Amino acid sequence: MTSHGAPVVEPLLRVGDLRTWFRTPAGIARAVDGVSFDVRAGETVGMVGESGCGKTVTALSLLRLIEPPGRIEPGSSIRFEGRDLLTLSEEEMRRVRGNRIAMVFQEPMTALNPVFTIGDQVAEVARVHDGASRRAAWQRAVDMLSQVGIPDPAERAKSYPHQLSGGMRQRVLIAMALMMNPSLLIADEPTTALDVTIQAQILELLADLQQRLGLAVLLITHDLGVVAEFAARVLVMYGGQIVESTSTRELFADPQHPYTRGLLEAMPRLGQGRNRLTVIPGSVPAPTHWPSGCRFRDRCPHAWDRCASEPPPAYPYSPGHQARCHLVVEPTRLSEQHTP
Amino acid sequence: MPHQPAGIQVPGALADPLLSVRRLTTHFPVRRGLFGRSAGVVRAVDGVDLDVAHGETLGVVGESGCGKTTLGRTILRLEEATAGSIRFDGTDLRVLRGAALRAMRRKLQIIFQDPFSSLNPRMTIGAAVREGLTVHRLAEGEEADRRVRRLLEEVGLRPEYAGRYPHEFSGGQRQRVGIARALAVEPRFIVCDEPVSALDVSVQAQVINLLQDLQRDRGLTYLFIAHDLSVVEHMADRVAVMYLGRIVEFASSGMLYREPLMPYTQALLSAIPVPDPVTRRSRIVLSGDVPSPVNPPSGCVFHPRCHHPARDAACAAIVPPLEEKAPGHWVACIKQPPTTVTWDAQREVGGRHEPSRHLPVTGSTT
Repeated sequence: MTSHGAPVVEPLLRVGDLRTWFRTPAGIARAVDGVSFDVRAGETVGMVGESGCGKTVTALSLLRLIEPPGRIEPGSSIRFEGRDLLTLSEEEMRRVRGNRIAMVFQEPMTALNPVFTIGDQVAEVARVHDGASRRAAWQRAVDMLSQVGIPDPAERAKSYPHQLSGGMRQRVLIAMALMMNPSLLIADEPTTALDVTIQAQILELLADLQQRLGLAVLLITHDLGVVAEFAARVLVMYGGQIVESTSTRELFADPQHPYTRGLLEAMPRLGQGRNRLTVIPGSVPAPTHWPSGCRFRDRCPHAWDRCASEPPPAYPYSPGHQARCHLVVEPTRLSEQHTP
Repeated sequence: MPHQPAGIQVPGALADPLLSVRRLTTHFPVRRGLFGRSAGVVRAVDGVDLDVAHGETLGVVGESGCGKTTLGRTILRLEEATAGSIRFDGTDLRVLRGAALRAMRRKLQIIFQDPFSSLNPRMTIGAAVREGLTVHRLAEGEEADRRVRRLLEEVGLRPEYAGRYPHEFSGGQRQRVGIARALAVEPRFIVCDEPVSALDVSVQAQVINLLQDLQRDRGLTYLFIAHDLSVVEHMADRVAVMYLGRIVEFASSGMLYREPLMPYTQALLSAIPVPDPVTRRSRIVLSGDVPSPVNPPSGCVFHPRCHHPARDAACAAIVPPLEEKAPGHWVACIKQPPTTVTWDAQREVGGRHEPSRHLPVTGSTT
């Protein structure tokens, strides 16, 4: 806080230079390599990227769920509600997980226990974290199932996971995540395994809960369409780093990183008929062998010698808009294109 | 339009189709208990009529459980049909046995969604591509090696990769191997079953373009099965929309995306997240899930989730015929005029709302 004028509010979450590396026989996999971003209270942030870009490892790092040979490297920081999560004891961290930060995963079937009713599993959260009585916990579970739009929740609470559809199972997981009234929900590809009409239902539910409960949501997805509809701000990841971050509107109107532009052009969109899609050549390199300098340079149509010798920092392009690309400071190079 | 006897109208029927499917039905028995007593049937494909033209791409879209994958597998005789006919280039596929079936299989190939599980992990990709050549006695020895190298090049892989194993490749490269393997036996028709849905966006575009190039260069015919309507729009000449084992809408790609008439198609199109944060489209959010194909709803199978303002008791009572609402545009809905199910017939079974055109989504603009 400053002593005069408006108080400086610390963001809910501030990730600083997060590096999560895995020591593998093939070398050090720098899965997350210098990631910094903020999430403010009640904000919806989308984290978008393709497989292997480091988005899921980032999410697991926030909850300190990284197992050996993975490790969060010294020098990383994860400040959340005023504390650095990386300095907490395992016991304190357990209270953060579930109580303050909750997570929803892609595959709702594997995240549920097949031999317990969904009511038991949702109630279990309140019993473990709150010490609630069996009866009180069950009642809270039924209330929460009703809040996430499960019809006839008192009856449905007695069903087993396999008796529910994929969309209903995802609602159960969201109910479990929200039982303890967390301030941050991390949703990792929550709709990827679902059909498009069910995806629309779940995204609508998440948006509704976010507004009603004042929840901050970090939505991890590979789908730029989902980001456009859900998030106010976007972080684009590539090669274990955030290569572009800005408001959702600006990302789609004025993308700066060639990778972001490539992704937007490669997407098949409705209403384009049978025209040819623009492609990003090549594929994502292995995290043990990121290229030197800019990690996107061997797929980039603009790369020049500076891109090989000097890793681009997150250059500010406009207020709230950063991109890890030398083109931000040498825009005249944009007209020079070649086939990588 | 060619006329069908006994009032059967086939959507988009062609005079000289490469593939012609009539009243195709694939049911799976559901068995319960110790003695496997029959507890009903899953109507995975339930009376499908289709014609596929030489060199076209026919898209089949729908959500999981709609029967699109079973349809593709039944056409290839990977599942046995319960009833109906499948004619390919004039030959009835359902009666083929033994050598004749094997010879025919060379002309019809399939590309799967998950290229990793469809490749043998202990077989080099060169051997995998070569297998079809040997089995069908198309080439052997050095000639086979030469063909394998040429096929790998054609799908955008380096010929020297022939000695590597599937795990050494990325998802996109493995899908290219799957395509090379299908092409090795020089097929005329390929069922593409969700060929890009497991791939990342940047790689997906590469594979879509490759499939289009191969179709142009080799005159291939595709049955392109996918849940992603924007991918299908990029690939298909004509599109069939499936719901609970039936075709509920059929039209040219342009027509279907510009003016979807079946309420289910409208909902499906409106549910796609649009990568444009500025323009907001009106969205139809369907309530509930797809019902079980063991016990499908009466009448129109979509009626319990339908948003058409004229939906009423008639929809639960009458099975809507797939009928031509505009030239080349076939829709199974008694509430979208014109319909052969008269207003009197609808009123007789409790209908209260006269059919009226409902177009809640504008669809695409091109």
